[in-house]
Amino acid sequence: MKRVPLRPLARVLKARKDGEDPELIERENLARRHEEMRDRQRQRAESRLVVASIFFALAFSFVGVKMFQLASVEPAEPQIAATTARIVAQRANIVDRQGRILATNLSTRSLYAQPNMMTDPAASAQRLAEIFPELEAEKLLKQFRSGRTFLWIKRKISPEQMQEVHDIGDPGLLFGPREMRLYPNGRLAAHILGGASFGREGVRSAEVVGVAGVEKQFDNFLRDPANGGRPLELSIDLTVQDAAEAVLRGGMKLMNAKSAATVLMDVYTGEIVAMASLPDFDPNERPRPLTEGDAADSPLFNRAVQGLYELGSTFKIFTAAQALDLGLFNPASMINTRGPLVWGKFKINDFSKYGPVLSVTDVIVKSSNVGTARIAQEIGGERQKEFLGTLGLLKETPIELVEGSHIKPLWPDKWTELSTMTISYGHGISTSPLHLAAAYSSIVNGGTKVEPTLLKTDEVRPGPRVISAETSAAARSMLRQVVTRGTASFGEVEGYAVGGKTGTADKPDPKGGYYENKVISTFASVFPANDPRYVLIVTLDEPAETSGPEPRRTAGWTAVPVAAEMIRRIGPLLGIRPSLEPLDEIEVVDVRN
Amino acid sequence: MTEMVYGSVPVQSGDPVLPRWWRTVDRITLVAVLALFGIGTLLALAASPPLASKNGLEAFYYVKRQGVYSVLALTVLLVTSMMSPDAVRRFGTVGFALAFVALIALPLFGTDFGKGATRWYSLGFMAVQPSEFLKPMFVALVAWFIAAAHQLNGPPGRMISLWLTMIVVGFLVMQPDFGQAGLILFTWGVMYFIGGASILLLMALAGLTLFAGTFAYANSEHFARRIDGFLSPDIDPRTQLGYATNAIQEGGFFGVGVGEGTVKWSLPDAHTDFIIAVAAEEFGLVLVLIIILLYMTVTVRSLLRLIRERDMYARLAGAGLTCLFAMQAFINLGVAVRILPAKGMTLPFISYGGSSLLASALTMGMLLALTRTRPQGEIGDHLLGRGRGHG
Repeated sequence: MKRVPLRPLARVLKARKDGEDPELIERENLARRHEEMRDRQRQRAESRLVVASIFFALAFSFVGVKMFQLASVEPAEPQIAATTARIVAQRANIVDRQGRILATNLSTRSLYAQPNMMTDPAASAQRLAEIFPELEAEKLLKQFRSGRTFLWIKRKISPEQMQEVHDIGDPGLLFGPREMRLYPNGRLAAHILGGASFGREGVRSAEVVGVAGVEKQFDNFLRDPANGGRPLELSIDLTVQDAAEAVLRGGMKLMNAKSAATVLMDVYTGEIVAMASLPDFDPNERPRPLTEGDAADSPLFNRAVQGLYELGSTFKIFTAAQALDLGLFNPASMINTRGPLVWGKFKINDFSKYGPVLSVTDVIVKSSNVGTARIAQEIGGERQKEFLGTLGLLKETPIELVEGSHIKPLWPDKWTELSTMTISYGHGISTSPLHLAAAYSSIVNGGTKVEPTLLKTDEVRPGPRVISAETSAAARSMLRQVVTRGTASFGEVEGYAVGGKTGTADKPDPKGGYYENKVISTFASVFPANDPRYVLIVTLDEPAETSGPEPRRTAGWTAVPVAAEMIRRIGPLLGIRPSLEPLDEIEVVDVRN
Repeated sequence: MTEMVYGSVPVQSGDPVLPRWWRTVDRITLVAVLALFGIGTLLALAASPPLASKNGLEAFYYVKRQGVYSVLALTVLLVTSMMSPDAVRRFGTVGFALAFVALIALPLFGTDFGKGATRWYSLGFMAVQPSEFLKPMFVALVAWFIAAAHQLNGPPGRMISLWLTMIVVGFLVMQPDFGQAGLILFTWGVMYFIGGASILLLMALAGLTLFAGTFAYANSEHFARRIDGFLSPDIDPRTQLGYATNAIQEGGFFGVGVGEGTVKWSLPDAHTDFIIAVAAEEFGLVLVLIIILLYMTVTVRSLLRLIRERDMYARLAGAGLTCLFAMQAFINLGVAVRILPAKGMTLPFISYGGSSLLASALTMGMLLALTRTRPQGEIGDHLLGRGRGHG
C-alpha cells in the first residue's frame, strides 16, 4: 500500500515561503482525503448492498417455494409422530412338534385417557367403573383431576368393552393398538410356555416380553425380526400333553395327592414330548408369585423341573446297572438280603422280609433296600458317584427353561460309605423328575447319554456311552419283570410291554427327620421295554389310595396305576403299534354235513 | 448570505412539502406497503373473530380496533416518511433512549399474559411491546455510530455499536425473547457488513452467534423445546407447527374459501404469529405468494435505491431498517413452512396487534424517509472529474 503523508509538506513549505496560510492547504488536503475514503467506502457498500438484495430475494423465494410445496401436497390425516424408537411388537409364534399353535399374538386395544381433553370426567369415570368392574369410579376421577395429561386405564380390552367405551363418547378416552400374547390352549403346557407381559409401552404399540418358561428363555429369538416370523418349534406334542395332563389331573384327585408331576421323554433324542406339573395355571392370566410361604406351593412352581425330591427305589436300577456293567455280578448272581443291615447306629430295612438271598434281578423286582445297599458296597462310593455324575444326576440339566437352569440336585458333601448305601436306593440324594427321566433314558436306550431338551430335534445324535448295550438290555429286562411279577404289577398295559421301577420315599420333615405318613411316590417307566421308545415319569406328592381298609401310599398302589392309564391313553397318540399276543388259531368249523 | 439566515421572511422557495414528498418518495414501495396494510385488514377480518368470541366480545371487535390502529399507523408512516435523514437520526436517538428504558423496566412493570415471557406493558386498552419500537430506533442509532466511525479522527463508533448491541441483546435474552435478540444481532451484522466490515470478522461473529445459540440450547428449556420441535422430522399435529402445516395443506392453491377456515379456531396465535396459516387456509397459495412478493418488492427495491445513496448514514440506516423489516417477515413465514424453528415474531403490517402495526409503520416510515430521492452531488463529481472508474 502506498502511504500518502498526512500533510502535503512540499506545498505547505512553499506556502510558508510565499507567506500564504498553510492551514488552508492542510484543510483542503484533509477534505480531499475524506472524500476519497467515502468514495471507496461507497463503492464497497454498493456491491454489498447488491449481495444483501440477492440474499433477501433468495430467502423470500425459498419461502415461496416451500409454501408451494406444502400447498400442493394433499393434506393427510395428522399422525402423532412416535418420539421414541419404534417398538417391535411382532413376536414369533410357539408351535408344538406337529406345528400346532401353542402361543400366538392377538391384535387388541389398550385404553388410555388424556384428562385435559375429557369433557365430563365424572360421568366418564362412572361409566368406566361400570364397564370394568375392577376399576373404582372415585379413584379414576381422582386420577383424571390430578392434572396429569396422560394415564393408562386398561392394558388390554375386548372388542365389546371397546365398543362400550366408544359409547361413552368422551374425546379424552383413547385406544392404542396392542399385540397381546395369547395361549389358545389355556392351561396346557403352562409351565413350559411360562408367560409374557408388556415391556416398554408406547401409545401405538407395546413390547411383549417373556417373563417365564420358554417365552423368557427364547425371548431374543422370539423378538428377533431377522427370523422373519419363523415360529419356535417345541418338542411338545399337544395331544399327548393334553392326554397326559388329563390323566394326571384325574390320578392326582383319585390318589388324594397334594400335587403331581409327569415327564414323557424320547429315549434317543431326549425330547420332552409331554411335561406337566399340577397344580397349574393359565398363562393368559399368569398369577402373581407368592410373596410369603413356600414358593413350591405356588401353581407357578414347575415340579417336574424345579422340584427336588428323594425319588427312592427308582434309583436302584442305576446301582444294578452299574454293578452289571462293571462285571461285578450278573442278573442271576445271588445277593445276601438278610436284614437289617446295620451300619454304625443306622439300620437298613426292607419293606417286608424277602428271605436270606435274592438274585440281582429279584433285588430290583422286589425292591430290596438291603440287597441294593450290599451291591453298592461292592461298587464303592467313588465309582458310584462318578457313574451318577455321568448320568447327569449330580448337576443342572441343560433344559431350555429359565426356571430349570439353576436347579442342582442335592447330595451330601461327604460321600461316605453310609451315603453310598442310602443313595443306592435313592435316599440322601434329591433330584428333579426331569433328571430321573434323562437318566432312565440313558440306561434303557442302549446305554448312550441323553440330555433333555424342549426343542424339536430332527436327527438322533447318540451321546457318549454310559453303559454297554448288553447291560442296557439286562436293565430293561429287570424293569419289565418289575411290572410282570414285581412291585409295579398295576403297570401292565396290554400290548405296550411296560417296564419300570417304583419308588416310595418318605418326605423329609423340615423340622428334621422324615414324616411317618407322607411320601413321594414315583413310577419311572419305559415302554415298550423290548424296543424302548419313551420314558415316562409319574410323581405323586403325598398320595393315599383309600379303597382298602388302610390308606395305601406305596408307588405300586398310587403312581403306577396313574402311569399305566397314561400309557394306555398316549400310546396310540404316539403312534406305537401295540404288540399283541397272537390269537389262538381259529378252528374252521365244518358246516357241511 | 446574512439576510437569508437571519430575520428573513420564511418564504417557501421551490415546491410545497407534499408535492415534493410525492415526487421524491419511493412510490412503488409505498404502494406495496399500502397493499400489505390492505391485506392485513382483510386477514384481521378473517382471523380475529375467533379471538373475539373466545373473549366474549362481539365478532368484529378486534377488526374495529385494528382499523383504528391502521389509521394511526398510516399517519405515523406518512409523517415519518417526510423526515430528513438528520431528523431520522435525532428521532431515533431519542426514541431509542425511551424504548430502552421501557425495555429495562419490563421485569418490574411488565406482564407476560401467561405466555412464559415478560414482553409487554399492559396499558389496559392495549398491550405495548417495547422491543418492537426499540428495533427501528436501535437501527437509527447504530447507523449513526457506524457512520461516525468513517470520519477521519471520528469516534470509535463500531466498538460503541457492538457494545450497545450486546447490551440490548442481553436484555432481550433475559426476557427471554430469542427471536428479537437474534433479529437485532442479525440487523447489526448487516449494517456492519454494509458499513465495510472485513468478511473474516463477520464470519468470526457468525461463529460466535452459533456458539451462543448452542449455549442457549443447552441452558434454556424454553429455547431447547422449540429447537427440538424444529429438528424432529415428524410434526406433532398438536403443536402450532402441526396446525400451521395442516392449514397450508388444506388451503391448497385457492383456499377453502373466505370464512371457511378452521385453523383460526384451534390455534391460539392464529391472529398474530401464525396469521400466514389463516391466509393460506382461507385464500390459498395465491394470497400467500402475493404477500411474499410484496415483501420481496419492498426489500429489494429499498436496497437497490440505497445503492445510489451517497450519504453514509442514510445508506446504513436504510439498509438496517430494510433488513429489520425483511428479516422479521422472513422469520415469520419461515417458521410456518418449517425453514426456521418456532419463534414469536409478528408479520409486519399483517399480524394483528397495535404494537406490531405501529412499530412496522415507524420502521417503514423511516425507511421511506431515507430512500427518498435526494441530490447526490453528481454534478460535483462531473465538475471535479471524479466520475466512477478512477475514484
